[in-house]
Amino acid sequence: MIKETARMSASKADLNRKIFDWLGIAPFMLFALMFLVVPTLYLVTGAFQNAAGEWTLENIRGLFTDKILASFSISIRISLASALGGALIGFLMSWALVLGGLPSWVRSLVLTFCGVASNFAGVPLAFAFLATLGRMGLVTLLLRDWFGINLYATGFNLLSFLGLTLTYMYFQIPLMVLIVTPAIDGLRKEWREAAEILGANIFQYWTKVALPILFPSIMGSFLLLFANAFGAIATAYALTGSSLNIVPIQLYAQIRGDVLHNANLGYALAFGMIVITGISNVIYIFLRMRAERWQK
Amino acid sequence: MKTNKILAWFVVAFGATYFIVPLLATFEFSLRMRRGEYSFDAYATVFSDVSFRESFSYSIAMAIATIAFGTLLVVPTAYWVRLRLPQMRPVVEFITLMPLVIPAIVLVFGYLRLYNSSSMIPFTGTTRGTDLLFLFALMTLSLPYTYRSIDASMRAIDVATLTEAAQSLGASWTTILFKCIFPNVISGVLSGAFITFAIVIGEFTIPSLLNRPAFGPYLQLIGANRAYEPPALAMIAFAMTWLSMGAIQLLSRFTISAPAKP
Repeated sequence: MIKETARMSASKADLNRKIFDWLGIAPFMLFALMFLVVPTLYLVTGAFQNAAGEWTLENIRGLFTDKILASFSISIRISLASALGGALIGFLMSWALVLGGLPSWVRSLVLTFCGVASNFAGVPLAFAFLATLGRMGLVTLLLRDWFGINLYATGFNLLSFLGLTLTYMYFQIPLMVLIVTPAIDGLRKEWREAAEILGANIFQYWTKVALPILFPSIMGSFLLLFANAFGAIATAYALTGSSLNIVPIQLYAQIRGDVLHNANLGYALAFGMIVITGISNVIYIFLRMRAERWQK
Repeated sequence: MKTNKILAWFVVAFGATYFIVPLLATFEFSLRMRRGEYSFDAYATVFSDVSFRESFSYSIAMAIATIAFGTLLVVPTAYWVRLRLPQMRPVVEFITLMPLVIPAIVLVFGYLRLYNSSSMIPFTGTTRGTDLLFLFALMTLSLPYTYRSIDASMRAIDVATLTEAAQSLGASWTTILFKCIFPNVISGVLSGAFITFAIVIGEFTIPSLLNRPAFGPYLQLIGANRAYEPPALAMIAFAMTWLSMGAIQLLSRFTISAPAKP
């Protein structure tokens, strides 16, 4: 009898301890529910309902109309182009920093600068590029005065696909450098030596050894850059107003004034954004796990 | 090897040009306000603008509040997960990464629908309430950075031993948290804080949709209406970003590794 009570109170203490344990992260969980999970779920369920609250796929079908498809297409193309350019130049820079035999101050200077530049986005970045490549920008004027090239007569426009891509690359390149440098650092000298001893030339070493090892890191970083550009709005909005109809700007206009005249179609637009950034992030996480195998 | 080095210099020079030319151009443009000569007039105009000072100080106040409340939310959580609920680590980490997956504009869209004035929790019904919602939104945005840097510095200390030591000396939970854990993760807190600062100062989407008088919407408004002030503001914003990032670099270089290593 006494034993029984002891055991009962022991299991009760156990239970108390468990409750106590879980209470410790209750504030965080409540916060996450209120400001991350529930708002997202609200939009996602809204995307599959009509105004009367009945389940429907009508909104998703509504996404496949010319106007919305066009904005998804331009968004995806800008994100792809800026991620591709950022990944390529960023990778080459990381390679130069790690394996190019440059003095170490160059490396720390560039890495510090990348830390700053990858966070220099939003509205100020748009101003910087207007002052550089806008109609009165320094580079535009210098090209005209020194080389007689009228940039805007060649069809270039900062408020366009190319202009926005160039602008986005200003934070994409540094971001790529920051993510991929540790991966290149992780390439062991022994692998290269082994390849050389086996008679591989430098081209074979890179295509058969280094790049396959780096591939998950590079691909993962590329996807992160893609998602990064896809969700960005402030730069594009400050640069182009609403003349370039990328998805975030479309959604912004929808939130401000229901320009689609259908609240649930707005939810579907948000859902479309989540799907695209979600897919690229899931693949990114998967690739990063593969990349880490080589970094031990 | 020689060609390697030349190629490396070429690549770095190319990248450096890409980075530096826009800054030079912005600076040059910001000096053009007076016709025919360079001057700092644009900066003078910016600094004497009342709405510049108001929006800038509003954003700084929001940044400080975000850092304070964000730290209060994240440090105990990261500590508790390491100490008592290691099985929850993947879940908590996943949650802290969610703001990177869900674009800010989508989040704030959700807030506006869930917490509008006719809902159960009418945050946007009052100005104070909207400020509070803005604060929570900023905390959400900074969550990935804050959590990662704090959790990283918590990895460097032995949380369990520190806690047991403190407990056997009779410390209460608040004493353990604030006098024992907190000082040991201060470097992580600070480096998260500077990133948060840079994010909050530049944030445009959320304050613009919540109608708060923050620095980001002010920048956008000036950009749409003025010619020479925007580049001056861009230079100021860039300097702010440098300051916060430079502070992180300094911090990570000069922080002596945590004293509580076993």
